[in-house]
Amino acid sequence: MFPPVQDLYRLAPEIVLCVFGMLIMLIDPFVAEGRKRSMGWLGLAGTVVALISLRWAWQNAGMSYSGLLRFDMFSLFVHCIVIGVAALGILGSFDYLDHENIQRGEFYALILFATAGMGILAGANELVTAFVGLEMSSISTYILAGFRRNALKSNEASLKYFLLGSFATAFFLYGVALTYGATRSTRFDVVSQAIAAHGAGTLLILGLGLIFIGLAFKVVAAPFQIYGPDVYEGAPTPVTAILACGPKAAAFAVMLRIFYSAFGSTSHIWFWAIWVSAVLSMCIGNFAAIVQSNVKRMLAYSSIAHAGYILVAFVAATELGSAAVLFYLAGYATMTLGAFLIVAHVGGAGERRLDISDYAGLGTKQPWVAACFSLFLFSLLGLPATAGFLGKFYAFSAALDSRVVWLVIIAGLNSVVGAYYYLKVVVAMYFWEPTKEFSPAPVQMPMFTVLLLTALGTLYLGILPNRVMEWALASARSLR
Amino acid sequence: MTNQGYLLTVLTFFPLLGTFALLLLKGDDHVWIRRLAFVTSVVEFIISLLLLRGFDLTTSAYQFEEFYAWIPNIHIHYHMGIDGISLFLVLLTTFLTPLAVLCSWTSIHEHVKEFFAMLLVLEMGMVGVFCSLDLFLFFLFWEVMLIPMYFLIGIWGHGRKIYAALKFILYTMFGSILMLVAILWLYRLSSAAGNPTFDLPVIQQMLSSGTITMSGTTEMLLFLAFLLAFAIKVPLFPLHTWLPDAHTEAPTAGSVILAGVLLKMGTYGMLRFCLPLFPEASHRAAPVVATLAIIGIIYAALVAMIQKDLKRLVAYTSVSHLGFVVLGIFVFNPTAMEGAIYQMLNHGVSTGVLFLVCGMLYDRRHTYEMSEYGGLAKPMPILCAFFLFACLSSLALPMLNGFIGEFMILIGVFDARHFAWASWAATGAILSAVYLLWAYQRVALEKVTVEKNENLPDASGRERFILIVASLVILFMGIFSPLFTHRMDATTNDLLEQVNARKGYDVQKRAPASPGIQPALPSAHELAMRTVTLERRTQP
Repeated sequence: MFPPVQDLYRLAPEIVLCVFGMLIMLIDPFVAEGRKRSMGWLGLAGTVVALISLRWAWQNAGMSYSGLLRFDMFSLFVHCIVIGVAALGILGSFDYLDHENIQRGEFYALILFATAGMGILAGANELVTAFVGLEMSSISTYILAGFRRNALKSNEASLKYFLLGSFATAFFLYGVALTYGATRSTRFDVVSQAIAAHGAGTLLILGLGLIFIGLAFKVVAAPFQIYGPDVYEGAPTPVTAILACGPKAAAFAVMLRIFYSAFGSTSHIWFWAIWVSAVLSMCIGNFAAIVQSNVKRMLAYSSIAHAGYILVAFVAATELGSAAVLFYLAGYATMTLGAFLIVAHVGGAGERRLDISDYAGLGTKQPWVAACFSLFLFSLLGLPATAGFLGKFYAFSAALDSRVVWLVIIAGLNSVVGAYYYLKVVVAMYFWEPTKEFSPAPVQMPMFTVLLLTALGTLYLGILPNRVMEWALASARSLR
Repeated sequence: MTNQGYLLTVLTFFPLLGTFALLLLKGDDHVWIRRLAFVTSVVEFIISLLLLRGFDLTTSAYQFEEFYAWIPNIHIHYHMGIDGISLFLVLLTTFLTPLAVLCSWTSIHEHVKEFFAMLLVLEMGMVGVFCSLDLFLFFLFWEVMLIPMYFLIGIWGHGRKIYAALKFILYTMFGSILMLVAILWLYRLSSAAGNPTFDLPVIQQMLSSGTITMSGTTEMLLFLAFLLAFAIKVPLFPLHTWLPDAHTEAPTAGSVILAGVLLKMGTYGMLRFCLPLFPEASHRAAPVVATLAIIGIIYAALVAMIQKDLKRLVAYTSVSHLGFVVLGIFVFNPTAMEGAIYQMLNHGVSTGVLFLVCGMLYDRRHTYEMSEYGGLAKPMPILCAFFLFACLSSLALPMLNGFIGEFMILIGVFDARHFAWASWAATGAILSAVYLLWAYQRVALEKVTVEKNENLPDASGRERFILIVASLVILFMGIFSPLFTHRMDATTNDLLEQVNARKGYDVQKRAPASPGIQPALPSAHELAMRTVTLERRTQP
């Protein structure tokens, strides 16, 4: 039976992304070696069309494919984040791929496929669909992580990510199976009803635990974070930028759906698991980041810490909590994307300039790049008037609203620890004399656009966050 | 809530306008950069004088209020307003900034544009802190201000500047993060009471009317969270260790602002938040806080005495003098409290001048070691005369500003029957004479010991201008103190009424404002009244 046309509308963004991905794969062999960048523009067009297609999807919001997928405000919000990340990521990788000599069409196609997977994750209303989305985004990103074929580190990253990622998805799948065994359904609403009717048995709790492991791996939360820094460091930097923002946002989205709607009534059970994971993520991420001298690796650890901050909001288990998670994800994506892309820019050919000493004197060499980077770092650190501060503010406020005081205090102290290593980079950029005779390449138009957009976004979310907050709150309401 | 004009908004964001204008100039056009920065700061000062004209001294309500919805989703408002406490602190800020600009005229050679841009952004932050009446807005300015200060120390400082800058920012952030948690907790309490808000006057009203109730422990914890942030900023012993480094390594302008304004934010915060929001906890914690303040007064004075580095010595005097201010706040006596506020202003000006003199010496010899100086009064009589004047003001010579403040505080402490505290604090006043005069002696008197010093040029026209203006203010504040204190009367009385009356503590009031100039000392009648109340109290 052919699905009704509304269902197609509700899936429009994913369809658009996949169609453009396949187009790129088809056309790519016919494009001359030196002109592969045009594939990137095609990919960018794909993301733009996908963003536009969100309109149709939103106008036809509702369940599709007999309740497997669901397009609601929540889904819209997460779609905007992941597609936006993909668009900016593509724009930011043009120059990188050029100077690494890996300018190929499939790079962009894979980003589009991964984004489609994340879109499905965001809209999943059922565990197996979530699994499909998870796999779709994961497999694409496994390949992307190893895209610098000649670099050992990139290969290592890809392999590590693949092996451990497969394990994690296996855990997730096992959890799905157990949940099905306990409730005879994989649909979130039915699971929720089953729990309401029969309570949560051991089998179900076990299933939930396994699902948590699988998802904690995807959001790089402790204690499942071990692979994170290696993969983030080894992957091509623009890919790292996307990895740190897109999949994380999508995984948190599906985590919200599973934990808040399907298992919402068992929040007293999963509360402590998340609590512990939040504390571990923040502490491990921040304290490990302190000792890093490689900026890319440092940001990788910082992204673990940020997963922890998001989990602080997650613990709240209220509407405010999920709104805070969403808002944090939006802010986090903006600033992290910008930060990693600057690392890509300064890194130069072969990613040789990743050490903190390479940033010495950037404040005089390229004042605007340094200013943008400082802005992102201040935002990651959580200084007011930036997205990062309001994200934390909202998250802490949500957690305190649910009387989770100690976790908030731990998170607060952690953000002071974070200040130390973020400021270290600022110190290098402005206070150190440049030790090495090199200057990063001038900023090209695409990179300039990305930096401008992310910097403005960081400020916008920090100073005039009301609209996005309202939107996040409305999305959180649609979660029920 | 009615909006009373938009003077405070203009005042707060005008320096930012100047910053943008600065950024448009070419980086090597130093002359115009300096001029523009100076003009901006002077215009800002003139704007701030408008506050004096419109200020109503009969009311304790906030004035020049502005109230707009900002992030209605989480009930954050753009709420500005000033009262008798913040009025003069704003003026102090806008007064010191032009001086800071002037004193950096020639001593800053590198990244001149960025330097003045940072200074102006800093001014915006400082004015914002004193004017905000919304907890979120306050916190925003409080933290935003750290960034320019951090850069000022880290880029244009001396010696171990990076270490000092990092220490400064980490210390402050550590304190303020717990304050943030406390702010959020207050928000939660207010939303539990049905009116979620970050608005300070509203929360204060809800607390005093009993709409928000909290247990003694909660109140104490919240109080401590706020107090920690402010105590680090003041800095209160034993949290002062960041200060000598930051002050010593900062450029002159940075030190002037740091000592002149930033430290006052700590004491201002205590007055604005700790006392009115948590009166019960304030009373309970007062003995501990006052003891720490007295330890700070004496300890810092002793440490200052043995310093070999002139700037470090001046830095330690700040710890000592701010101890007086904290003591004055935590005895809950109107005279002491006004003395404390007045002393905040005095310290800002006097220590500002001391740092300016340090900077001028440094410009000539590039050292702060006192052993490198000696006998400077001969080659540079004018500079040394002003140096002595600032020392005397700082050590509280009668007729000069410092005296009034310290005297009022001590009177107030006696008045509140804390005789031991008063006597211990008074020793600090004596010690301050010792270390300041000794420092002056080592730097300016006796024979010129180092040959290089013999031909040092005396104060230039620009330097004389700075010193004369500041000294006139010192003198003016020493003689016409009632002009200042009367503007604080209504606010301090009201504040103390809130702090004391709610739990049945004694209420004392300063005599209401009367026209004309009065001596700062309490009148005979007032003293007699106090004796009467004292006697009454001692009766069973």
